Amino acid sequence: MTYDFQWSILWTGENGRWLLEGLWTTIRLSALSWIFACGLGILSGALRTAPFRPLRALATCYVEFFRNVPLLVWLFFWYFGAPQALPRPAQDWLNLHGPEFWSAVVALSVYHGARMSEVIRAGIQSVPKTLFEASVATGLSVGQAYRLILIPIALRLIIPPATNESLNLLKNSSLALTIGVAELTFMTRQIETYTARVFEALTAGTLIYLVLCLTIASVLGQVERALRIPGLIARTGRSEH
Amino acid sequence: MSFDWGIIAGNWRFLLLQGLLGIGSFGGGTLRLAIPAMVLGSILGVVIGLCRLARRRWISYPAVLYVEIFRGVPLVMVIFWFWFLIPQITGQRLPDYSVALAAFVVFEAAYLGEIVRAGVQSVPRGQVDAALASGLTYGEMMLHVILPQAIRNMIPSLVTQFIVLFKDTSLASIIGMMDLTKAAQIVSQREIRPFETYLFLAVVYWICTYSMSRFSRRLEVKLSRE
Repeated sequence: MTYDFQWSILWTGENGRWLLEGLWTTIRLSALSWIFACGLGILSGALRTAPFRPLRALATCYVEFFRNVPLLVWLFFWYFGAPQALPRPAQDWLNLHGPEFWSAVVALSVYHGARMSEVIRAGIQSVPKTLFEASVATGLSVGQAYRLILIPIALRLIIPPATNESLNLLKNSSLALTIGVAELTFMTRQIETYTARVFEALTAGTLIYLVLCLTIASVLGQVERALRIPGLIARTGRSEH
Repeated sequence: MSFDWGIIAGNWRFLLLQGLLGIGSFGGGTLRLAIPAMVLGSILGVVIGLCRLARRRWISYPAVLYVEIFRGVPLVMVIFWFWFLIPQITGQRLPDYSVALAAFVVFEAAYLGEIVRAGVQSVPRGQVDAALASGLTYGEMMLHVILPQAIRNMIPSLVTQFIVLFKDTSLASIIGMMDLTKAAQIVSQREIRPFETYLFLAVVYWICTYSMSRFSRRLEVKLSRE
């Protein structure tokens, strides 16, 4: 294999700026989707343990359908397919304003919300049942028991699997390149197309992802140690795919 | 806003035969990619997992590095690496199918290796001591004593990872391999019916993955009873 590396292409011309722009889009896309996914995950995860069957069934349907289908399919569905179900004027408005970014946010949020839901359900179920009974016995309503007791404790227990899931979201945001969102992987490809320097561009993109993932993992690792519940061995059970 | 579900009736054969099974002039096929990737990925995964557990650092450190690198990078990146690297090394273009297969085996082995490691570590330490004390070599001990017990503990997470792999194979469509997703893209563009096509695609994937997870749950119950 003979390949002449020219690392300087990464900071000459527009390429450096492209990389940074891509990184910024990746971070924005992931952060927004992460917030929505956590919201959806907490809501549906809590509902899946609720003592009321129709709500449980609703949350189960959401989780089982959305997490068992590849994210790429959801991206295509939300970007190409879903607008077809909207009225004409709404479709025109979308086409004018470029729905790529927000389609990606919706796809990532709904897909990872379903996956996050499983993590949170496992967390809630690992909180001893007596705690729930005790809080209801002291006069809290079921809603209050969830909001004040179960969910805060569960959130502290699930930090390790939730970290994993958040990193998955960050890595999966790279799929948004298929619908034309100019995130990091997209920009890596763009640099490769413009300069024909494949391996420099791929190396830069790969290293940025690695550094990003390892940094987040170590920060959240410290958060986990700081928030660990003393005297409790965290057993959140196995989080499914 | 009107839907035409007739396009599913007209195209399901192409989607399922060509896309899912890979029967047709385009080759490829989701299952024809997923199944060899699972088998080869598991073999490489066992090697990586056992290397990680090795006491010699020059064996375990490269395995740790391998796992950390591949788990810190998106699969799309890995696929692009293989897409560009293989022609550079071999000097010729390989078919999309081979590129995708190579990328999946290498990528998934990092995750499967972690499962193997956790599985082996779940076997009580006394089993190792007893096997070695009874005169087995390291290889015999692993093959006949540890791995058979570890596999039983690994099965739930293994099936989970296989489901993830099955879903991941949709990414092969990005480099143009003809799989279920690529077939749906073609149908959607030909019929200009993305809503119906992609919803049908989602249902097909869902049936495959959901039956896999039902199967794993039944297997778990059966194994825990024995």
